[in-house]
Amino acid sequence: MARVESALTLSVRDLAVRFGGVTALAGVSFDVHPGTITSVIGPNGAGKTTAFNAITGYLRPTRGRIEYVGVPLTGLRPSAIAARGIVRTFQRTSVFPSLSVADNVMIGLHLRGSAGVLDVLLGRRRRAAEESRLAHDADGIIEFVGLGHRRGEVASELPYSEQRLVELAVALAARPRLLLLDEPGAGMTTAEKAAVGRLIRRIRDQSTTVLLVEHDMRMVMGISDTVIVMNHGRVIAEGAPASIQAHPDVIRAYLGSAGDRD
Amino acid sequence: MTRAGRFVPVLLALTLPLWLGSPYFLHVVIMAGIFGILALSLNLLLGYTGQLSLGHAAFFGIGAYTSALLTLRLEWSFWLALPCAVAASGLAGWLIGRLALKLRGAYFVLVTISFAGVIALVSVNWMDVTNGPLGLPGVPAPALGPWSLRAKSVYYYLVLVAVLLAYLVCRRLVASRIGRAFVALRENEALAESVGVDVTHYLVLAAVVSAAMAGMAGSLYAHYTRFVSPEVFLFSYTVTMVIMVVAGGKGTLAGPLVGALIFTALPEALRAVTSWQWQMLAYGVLLVLLVFFLPRGIVPALAAWRAWKAP
Amino acid sequence: MNGLVLGGTYALLGIGLTLIFGLMNVVNFAHGEFYTLGAYAAFATLGLAGAHFVAAVLAAIACGVALGAVCELTLLRPLRAESIDTTMLVMIGVWITMQNGELLLWGGVAKSIPHPFPTAPLVLGPVSIAPLRVFVLALAAGLIVASYLLIHKTQLGMAMRATFQDRDTAALMGVRIGRIHTATFAFGSGLAAAAGALLGPVFLAYPSMGDLAALKAFSVVILGGLGNLPGATLGGLLLGVAEELGAGYVSSGYRDAVGFVIIILVLLLRPAGLFAKQERIG
Repeated sequence: MARVESALTLSVRDLAVRFGGVTALAGVSFDVHPGTITSVIGPNGAGKTTAFNAITGYLRPTRGRIEYVGVPLTGLRPSAIAARGIVRTFQRTSVFPSLSVADNVMIGLHLRGSAGVLDVLLGRRRRAAEESRLAHDADGIIEFVGLGHRRGEVASELPYSEQRLVELAVALAARPRLLLLDEPGAGMTTAEKAAVGRLIRRIRDQSTTVLLVEHDMRMVMGISDTVIVMNHGRVIAEGAPASIQAHPDVIRAYLGSAGDRD
Repeated sequence: MTRAGRFVPVLLALTLPLWLGSPYFLHVVIMAGIFGILALSLNLLLGYTGQLSLGHAAFFGIGAYTSALLTLRLEWSFWLALPCAVAASGLAGWLIGRLALKLRGAYFVLVTISFAGVIALVSVNWMDVTNGPLGLPGVPAPALGPWSLRAKSVYYYLVLVAVLLAYLVCRRLVASRIGRAFVALRENEALAESVGVDVTHYLVLAAVVSAAMAGMAGSLYAHYTRFVSPEVFLFSYTVTMVIMVVAGGKGTLAGPLVGALIFTALPEALRAVTSWQWQMLAYGVLLVLLVFFLPRGIVPALAAWRAWKAP
Repeated sequence: MNGLVLGGTYALLGIGLTLIFGLMNVVNFAHGEFYTLGAYAAFATLGLAGAHFVAAVLAAIACGVALGAVCELTLLRPLRAESIDTTMLVMIGVWITMQNGELLLWGGVAKSIPHPFPTAPLVLGPVSIAPLRVFVLALAAGLIVASYLLIHKTQLGMAMRATFQDRDTAALMGVRIGRIHTATFAFGSGLAAAAGALLGPVFLAYPSMGDLAALKAFSVVILGGLGNLPGATLGGLLLGVAEELGAGYVSSGYRDAVGFVIIILVLLLRPAGLFAKQERIG
């Protein structure tokens, strides 16, 4: 599935977020190029999740522009942004707790269906065909993340790392062109993180651009094409993993703020 | 259930007036049907989208009054008044739906109660239109051509059709993409939004359908009892509806119907033995006990028990 | 003037509920029933035992506190981990039970609560008011002040504030969280009972009087902002005055609608309450 995008996928310019006297983001600018894995790292409180929230419509920015393939995103509701192909995951495990894995993913497929009220109440055959197509797609995604054996189980009863896979499956179901992952490796063992890393690379190989926030350096350096470093609500460095590791400002940000490094 | 197994109850239901002896029992069944529709409608909001609306009696009452007034004052046919009642309640539901967008949880509950309270007060005080506390007597029974549907045995079929319709609508909605969106909103709204579920659209949709259905029940009620008064807004109706849904099983389709049957038949059975106040008292205690012991309701509990018994 | 009398008692109701709803996060639909309880307790002590009016009010408060504590211990504590919807349903159950219990106990006919005050109104300048109402206002004011003192000056009050600001830290500092919750709920219920005992003699006592009272309590809490004591006080006074004005200038039938309309308007326009900028207790 080769997709050619001539414009930049995501363009963030001077994004700032203030609430109640606290400046969470002080003017952040970066670009995310299509078909890449870009990681955002930085000490706690650097503003990474705030940036995610602003990009995906959960927070209204105080100032700045966010554009996706040239189209402005600022002011849109999260569901409208999802309809434009940008899907995010959350820092704390976010699944539909009392539903099965399969049902979770079916909700993720919401945008891939088109049945409206009248269709549902009146038409039968077209609706049935769509439902079976969606169920088939759901199975494919569940297999892709490796949860085939958990299809019918209730999401909230799964172990933590598998719940995060459910989260990932739900996000993938929405067929994002740009996927924002908020700490996909949090709370996982090294082996689990490696598996997630491989999964992320496979997602990128299917022409989905990935932007992720992470704390685990090894994971980040291992899979990223570009690394963006944030501190105190600003971008302090941007580049390939190798250059970031040697960057003086980055080293200072991590070592200078004692106790912040994890 | 086997084919035959399903056939028998259907046959029983279709021929009910023939074998059910007294008109009193028939009355109970008809009321159970009307409440069943109400319970199904409340379930859409409460069980599926997870919004507790305690003002549902308002939609019921708006439907009843609209239908009654149109047939009494403007002498419209029942078959015109019913859709209008449905539309009027649906409109009220739209209003509540839009309000729900900004409010959640307890605040939404309070607004729905307040809304019902205002409507109730209007019906009591707007004497010119609603005749205040005296109510509207003599609401005409529906007629199908030359035949009047006044008799209980005939009205039963009208209610039966309505219940089936309500059930079908609920079933179709719930088993569809729309139903999944409803549940998504209940389970995790932020996550639902992140995959493109338009919260506004689906909350309002749930509210409109729910209210419209309640309005239909109201109209049926008005033309059955042939008398409408502000008593339809009594909070005890809302309470009864909530108990039916919660006890029967919110978030299931059979639950509200089962709840409606039980809680229409039970008071009637108890009435012979004890007074209305004791019954409501029992309801209160029952609600507390349910929350502690049967939080998911009777139908899911039965299903779980059956699953547990058959390994 | 009557508005202030009403307002004072509404303030009591509101303070009680803002503590319960605002701090404990319990949607106490039974709040109105404690109000009714207070009224009937006053009726029992005054009418049947012939005690002094103040004693009756105190007795009512005692009943409210006791029953409130029982409720919290048996019903709310086990459910503390559950969602707010669950506790809401339970409190609705308590509401129904209490109201119908009262209906069975006292009958549905409204009871007039005797009081020792002369019925001839006092004339103070341009205003004429019944001595009973003056007394009610004075007692209400006294109770409001007492509540402030409890919250701000006593150790219990400090513990309450600490618990609701940061429960974990408070627990670490040795505050018995369970007891604080019980105490808060009991205190709030006691205030509601006091309001009932005060307003009961002014109007009449009947089992469903709590319904409207509860709604008004909620609208006061919403008006003043959750957990906001001064807000609740002001809100209560505002509501009382607004109702009197409304009944006078618009129509007395819609008098009770004022509370409903306030809830709707405030929630739509300024959900944090009119006085949100003021200091919150938690």
